[in-house]
Amino acid sequence: MSWIRVHRYTLGRRSVQAGILLLFWLGAHQHLGVLTGNLSGATVFGRVPLSDPYAVLQILATGHALAATALIGALIVLGAYFVIGGRAFCAWVCPVNPVTDLARNFRSRIRPSGRLPVDRQTRFWIMGLALVVSAITQVAAFEWVSPIGLTHREIIFGPGLGLLAVGGILLLDLYVLRDGWCSVLCPLGAFYSLVGRRSIVRVDFDPARCDRCGDCVPACPEPRVLRFEALAASGFIDSGDCLNCGRCLEVCARDAFHFGLRFRRPRATDHEGGDRNAN
Amino acid sequence: MDSGGGVSRREFLTGAFRSRNLALAATGGLAWSHVLGESRETRGVVRPPGARPELEFVATCTKCGQCVEACPFDTLELATAADDAALGTPYFEPRRIPCYMCEDTPCITACPSGSLASGTAIEDARMGVAVLVDQESCLAFQGLRCEVCYRACPLVGRAIRLDLRPGERPGQPVRFLPLVESESCTGCGMCERACVIEKAAIVVLPLDQVRGSIGAGRGRGWTGEPVISRDFDAPDAPPDVPAFRGSPERALREINDLEGIEGP
Repeated sequence: MSWIRVHRYTLGRRSVQAGILLLFWLGAHQHLGVLTGNLSGATVFGRVPLSDPYAVLQILATGHALAATALIGALIVLGAYFVIGGRAFCAWVCPVNPVTDLARNFRSRIRPSGRLPVDRQTRFWIMGLALVVSAITQVAAFEWVSPIGLTHREIIFGPGLGLLAVGGILLLDLYVLRDGWCSVLCPLGAFYSLVGRRSIVRVDFDPARCDRCGDCVPACPEPRVLRFEALAASGFIDSGDCLNCGRCLEVCARDAFHFGLRFRRPRATDHEGGDRNAN
Repeated sequence: MDSGGGVSRREFLTGAFRSRNLALAATGGLAWSHVLGESRETRGVVRPPGARPELEFVATCTKCGQCVEACPFDTLELATAADDAALGTPYFEPRRIPCYMCEDTPCITACPSGSLASGTAIEDARMGVAVLVDQESCLAFQGLRCEVCYRACPLVGRAIRLDLRPGERPGQPVRFLPLVESESCTGCGMCERACVIEKAAIVVLPLDQVRGSIGAGRGRGWTGEPVISRDFDAPDAPPDVPAFRGSPERALREINDLEGIEGP
């Protein structure tokens, strides 16, 4: 398989990530009106508002009123990610994703010793805690410290000290904790994995094609979503944690994975029955 | 059911009430609140027009930067970690680029969160307030007819007026001192920008840093506001003051009784 084929979705993701940043940058510096603002709040073609629903939730938790534009923007974004998979944000949009992908790549080579016993549910705790802290301190708690917002803002509006945060994430993922930021700590990822729990676009799995070679597992940023029995039963990856990033599609030599829709699953029922009995 | 790995909602919720997790969350939450509380205590900055009161503003601003992009004069900036304002919130430095007070306030229109209150007329904006911070370096106080800040003011004669002070001794010139009317000043900073000396003698400062407050407990008799706000029993008249008895006629007679005034 050619390199391009094995990275076809990764290349697509990088293009989308870079394209979004470029459009925001052009909006800020060349007054191109396609996208103005940033990931916290944006306007498409000068008309359609978009806003970060988790940021909006935190602001509402502070008890202050928010203008309708921001609320409508949040609903639009929520709706979109409900369709394409909540954590598609993480894989296709978030500016931190290339950094953590890079860290995962290098980590598999340097294989640092030692493991931190950190619960993967921590990010849900942080997600909830941010809302409580927002209510207490009267400021949107995660937005004030978010390395995602920081990175994104500084790419568009000029650099500051915030790029240090990106270095911090890189080191964390490299030496301290595999996928420490995205899979363990990031409350925005946690929020989107709740949004995408029942999302429409999902990765279909064809157990007949799978020869259990396991190539997909090390490639996947959230390997716990690739449990063969569960996949064979449902016929698709039914988890909000899946990023819809397409890594498994790329690396599978036998094309066992495809992008599909939740309610259009050809062979799911047969396998479900079979597997239930087997278990 | 949770077929895709991870923990089910029920497992998560029952796990949530283990004391160790609660203790960790409480500690983390306290530390987090502390950090936010510290970083919110900034020295204050000059905000875009229409900005809601500072605490409300930093609570609701989504840091999207659309006001920054909407400003045709590139006045606004988003605060970085090195700046004095809350990270990512918009502010401006009038000495660099002031607010040119656009009639149609594109910054306010662009704000999706309402942190810049929509419908604010630009003359009602209170971005800060101009203060003549250093009389010693102000040329007008030296007796020069500078008046640059006065003429640069978009609300000339209203937000800054000239206070004429005659010389205190022969040969000393009349001085034309700039006087900011805080009631009208929008804090646009045209005066600070225009000030001709090396470091401006008149600067725009954050509103809540400058303006005092009389408070509700103190009445101002001369404005017609009631000084006494609660009910009380009137004291009896002092005994040596005779009570008024009589008629309008008698009152007129007594008023017109000029005896003792005109003299014999």
